[in-house]
Amino acid sequence: MLKNRIIPCLDVKNGRVVKGINFVELKDAGDPVEQAKVYSDGGADEICFLDITASNENRDTIIDIVRKTAKKCFVPLTVGGGVRTIQNITDLLLAGADKVSINTAAVKNVDFVKEASKKFGSQCIVVAIDAKKVSENKWEVFTHGGRNKTGIDAVEFAKQVEANGAGEILLTSMDKDGTKSGYDVDLLKTITKNTNIPVIASGGVGTLDHLYDGIVKGGASAVLAASIFHYGEFKIKDAKEYLKSKNVSVRL
Amino acid sequence: MNVTIVDYQSGNISSVINSFKEVAKGKVNLEVTSDIKKIKSSDKIVLPGQGSFKSCVDSLNSINGLVDTLKKFAITNKKPLLGICVGLQMFADVGYEEAETKGLGWISGKVSKIDNQNRKFKLPHIGWNEIEIQKESKIFKDIKNKSHMYFVHSYEFIPEDKSVISATTDYSSKIVCAVEKENLFGTQFHPEKSDKTGLKIIDNFLKL
Repeated sequence: MLKNRIIPCLDVKNGRVVKGINFVELKDAGDPVEQAKVYSDGGADEICFLDITASNENRDTIIDIVRKTAKKCFVPLTVGGGVRTIQNITDLLLAGADKVSINTAAVKNVDFVKEASKKFGSQCIVVAIDAKKVSENKWEVFTHGGRNKTGIDAVEFAKQVEANGAGEILLTSMDKDGTKSGYDVDLLKTITKNTNIPVIASGGVGTLDHLYDGIVKGGASAVLAASIFHYGEFKIKDAKEYLKSKNVSVRL
Repeated sequence: MNVTIVDYQSGNISSVINSFKEVAKGKVNLEVTSDIKKIKSSDKIVLPGQGSFKSCVDSLNSINGLVDTLKKFAITNKKPLLGICVGLQMFADVGYEEAETKGLGWISGKVSKIDNQNRKFKLPHIGWNEIEIQKESKIFKDIKNKSHMYFVHSYEFIPEDKSVISATTDYSSKIVCAVEKENLFGTQFHPEKSDKTGLKIIDNFLKL
């Protein structure tokens, strides 16, 4: 049976982990390579890096981090943030990323998803959708961390990226992100029902129960979380044991 | 020992290279190339594959003499070869991804899309799934039945002769996820992304 995945996400800025926690086992809490290794040793099903570096000059640092991480972690590695061109994808994959996550570039031009999946295969193309509720059962795609409204319906967009060859959707609720009040389960449910590719739930996790809701109520194939793992509240293993105790299949 | 990972410019093979390097560390001379001479002088070959069946076959065929060299290595000389993902799928006679495409024809069978049972199963089949070992295989030494492996694919290899199947996994149906036929080995899953158990499989192959 296919297991539900737990994916810790590390926000990386100018080569350093943002909001990293002092794990006892870490010499340098800000080093993304070390943190990724702790997660993979702890049973993470995949690792995700989100590069939030603002300036273009420092973009090469993420490539270097990916290269170092890929030599130490032998679970899938997804990298997102600033993936705008075919060359960006080539660079990340050559450095050792297994998948890239495309956000703004897909919203600006949905054919970019087609071009990328044709060139590299659907297996490595994740489309990150940031959605915000605009009315009852209606969500809109936003960009730039929820600041820019696009006027694009999230469900229609999800269907479109699936048709264009995306292998997975990383779905973040901008209403819930950072609130620790749980995923937007209605949004998840709507997107998972309207598409037939795996959906990764993101945005809002504060408790282990939220992970359960994302999978069982929302229909997500994988759950992504940042702060509950960074701040050491829970280890990956805690999350998996909890889910298992509630009859959710996980890799333990 | 010389081991060659065939780099035929198809898809992302960085993870395959990294994992083999990790396991080989000093014990094995590892080459990543499509150079026919180097392939001929190898003791073992790894044939990775990402993207579509058609794009992989096309890429193999675009390198002059490569398919014949691989055939001589694996079929005539019967030296160990491990196919990973589409690398395994290409052992088949035919594949149906994108367009009907002739495979290498080393193990009779076809590669078809996984039946999603009227959208009951999401495709691609992505993530960790348990393997059910069907027969003893040299690359499964010290690998427990029901071990988790990382998968990402939408197509499955259906061999005619079921005795080649060394493991299956449950997704929509019993999907063939590993084969062994004499010197030919193949995994549908990605040992290079399957953490310690995956590295063990690579180690087993290198120790053959």
